[in-house]
Amino acid sequence: MSILINRDSKVITQGITGKTGQFHTRMCREYANGRSGYVAGVNPKKAGEDFEGIPIYATVREAKEATGATVSVIYVPPPFAAAAIDEAVDAGLDLVVCITEGIPVRDMIRTRYRMQGKRTLLLGPNCPGVITPDELKIGIMPGHIHRKGRIGVVSRSGTLTYEAVGQLTEIGLGQSSAVGTGGDPVNGLKHIDVLKLFNDDPETDAVVMIGEIGGTDEEAAALWVKENMRKPVVGFIAGVTAPPGKRMGHAGAIISGGKGTAQEKLEVMEACGIKVTRNPAEMGKLLKSAL
Amino acid sequence: MKIHEYQGKEIFRRFGMTTPRGVPAFSVDEAVAAAQSLGGSVWVVKAQIHAGGRGKGGGVKVARSHDEVRDLAGRILGMQLVTHQTGPVGQKVRRLLIEEGADIRKELYVGMVVDRTTQRVCLMASSEGGMDIEEVAAKTPEMIHRVFIDPMKGLTDAEADDVARRIGIPDASVPEARAMLQGLYRAFDETDASLAEINPLIVSGDGHVIALDAKLNFDSNALFRHPEIVEMRDLDEEDPAEIEASKFDLSYISLDGNIGCLVNGAGLAMATMDTIKLFGASPANFLDVGGGATTEKVTEAFKIMLANPKVKGILVNIFGGIMRCDTIANGIVAAARETHLSVPLVVRMKGTNDELGRQILEDSGLPIIAADNMADAAQKIVAATKGI
Repeated sequence: MSILINRDSKVITQGITGKTGQFHTRMCREYANGRSGYVAGVNPKKAGEDFEGIPIYATVREAKEATGATVSVIYVPPPFAAAAIDEAVDAGLDLVVCITEGIPVRDMIRTRYRMQGKRTLLLGPNCPGVITPDELKIGIMPGHIHRKGRIGVVSRSGTLTYEAVGQLTEIGLGQSSAVGTGGDPVNGLKHIDVLKLFNDDPETDAVVMIGEIGGTDEEAAALWVKENMRKPVVGFIAGVTAPPGKRMGHAGAIISGGKGTAQEKLEVMEACGIKVTRNPAEMGKLLKSAL
Repeated sequence: MKIHEYQGKEIFRRFGMTTPRGVPAFSVDEAVAAAQSLGGSVWVVKAQIHAGGRGKGGGVKVARSHDEVRDLAGRILGMQLVTHQTGPVGQKVRRLLIEEGADIRKELYVGMVVDRTTQRVCLMASSEGGMDIEEVAAKTPEMIHRVFIDPMKGLTDAEADDVARRIGIPDASVPEARAMLQGLYRAFDETDASLAEINPLIVSGDGHVIALDAKLNFDSNALFRHPEIVEMRDLDEEDPAEIEASKFDLSYISLDGNIGCLVNGAGLAMATMDTIKLFGASPANFLDVGGGATTEKVTEAFKIMLANPKVKGILVNIFGGIMRCDTIANGIVAAARETHLSVPLVVRMKGTNDELGRQILEDSGLPIIAADNMADAAQKIVAATKGI
């Protein structure tokens, strides 16, 4: 097992005709069961055509009905990406993975509002996606650094997720699934949601949780872990050196009013029984020590 | 993106919010002419810089004659205004706002931000206006009233009136306060703001509700649909290095240390900075080259880092995903040659084509120090720059 996706997931690519969508669809198809997993693309102007053999439909609903796909991945440009999420939600998919970076927050507030009470889960936006090693990759992460195994990884940041995965693989610890929740202030799945999934996954033994400054997602997740998690969790928080009030790039990492500092997050995590390190080069070792 | 107070007030007025009458001025003569055109007998001369805390820093003064306006404008224009938000160097004042004086009966605070947890715009209001609101929030959180605004309904009459009463607006002034608060939400929503603040919002002697200050920041991801706001950008208020970086789609922020860092991804960039600190040095910058770095981008990134005279060494940390390490390596070699690099350079590369990347660096004959992991890289750059 795994979380969110597995070898049998069927995926629709929204934005399959753009340069980014094409590149990553190709890479994802080459990974493990990608060949059978990527079953449809969506573009209203190119319905009836195909991308390297993947049929293109006018709408997500049509793509779902024709192929039985339950997951979509979005590479649509930022001005139109929130509407693409809305379309996937309206089509009743199980999971939408939005890779697009730079969606206006106002659009996401409305999209998230519309999603209340709907069954669809959203991962991202502005995220690397999710991978279940040796089964399926949905997103922009480099597949080859992953190994199949029993460690869950959850992080907001892309390359920092790869860093953790790389360290685990190097010391012989494979991953059950690795999930990047994305750096935007208004998004879908958060650390706490992903930790719940890992907790319930019989093939995950322990979790690396990586956070960064800003918001209170990590604190909320830590408090949940203390009460509910049956598996070891280790963590790292990026941004100890980030000056207050500065926005560190697209991570959306901004500290306000003393809340959301790296120091505060680390203290809450430790108080909740999560082993933490201040040295990001030792995330893998720390996890091993917790097994 | 940030704008000046006088620009914020222009936007406020567009949404039916009351502000004092005022005129921006770029010279002493313009300041005097502004006071003359406004009429009256009391004016406020306000320094226009993007940082807050201007009053405490001496950038806001009251004048009671045209001569006094002239005198104050002369002193404030061109001054290096230091506030708790500018850092010790301060910010040079190049613009003024000349406003009619206000008769203040009550000073209140109103702010709006996007709340990550509820995923809604949050209105914050307090009877404790005019002072440091963060201190109020920390010491007396019960003095801050919050409303999480339903994006479909907007700020309702009932919500606006309730908040107005809670922060001590007199009954007779509640309708004006409602218009102010609802106007602020519409302004926030329709301009894609990321932060809005009125500190202070006042009730005047004759019961009017007036925005005495205006602070607006905007979501940079939404500027594509607001050309009128982009026009308000004042490059004089921004760090030249950050402006230069943004031209090349690099995310750069100046910091106080002396180790330049070039990293792909914001999270990894912060983690790299933290590792440098962990091993006893300080980062000179945050620099995320993003996912699609080219040789040109890497070269520009090097130039921007090296333009900072404090930089004693550079650490490059790349986890290649989509971005291949050989592409970055070629960029580094080209950049090192073009900039005649004379400070130590440590490179750590991992991920797609990392071996090929390391080979390119080695074959270049440049004195590049290779590192195995982040900690190794940080230790090596700290050692290499010690005593320089």
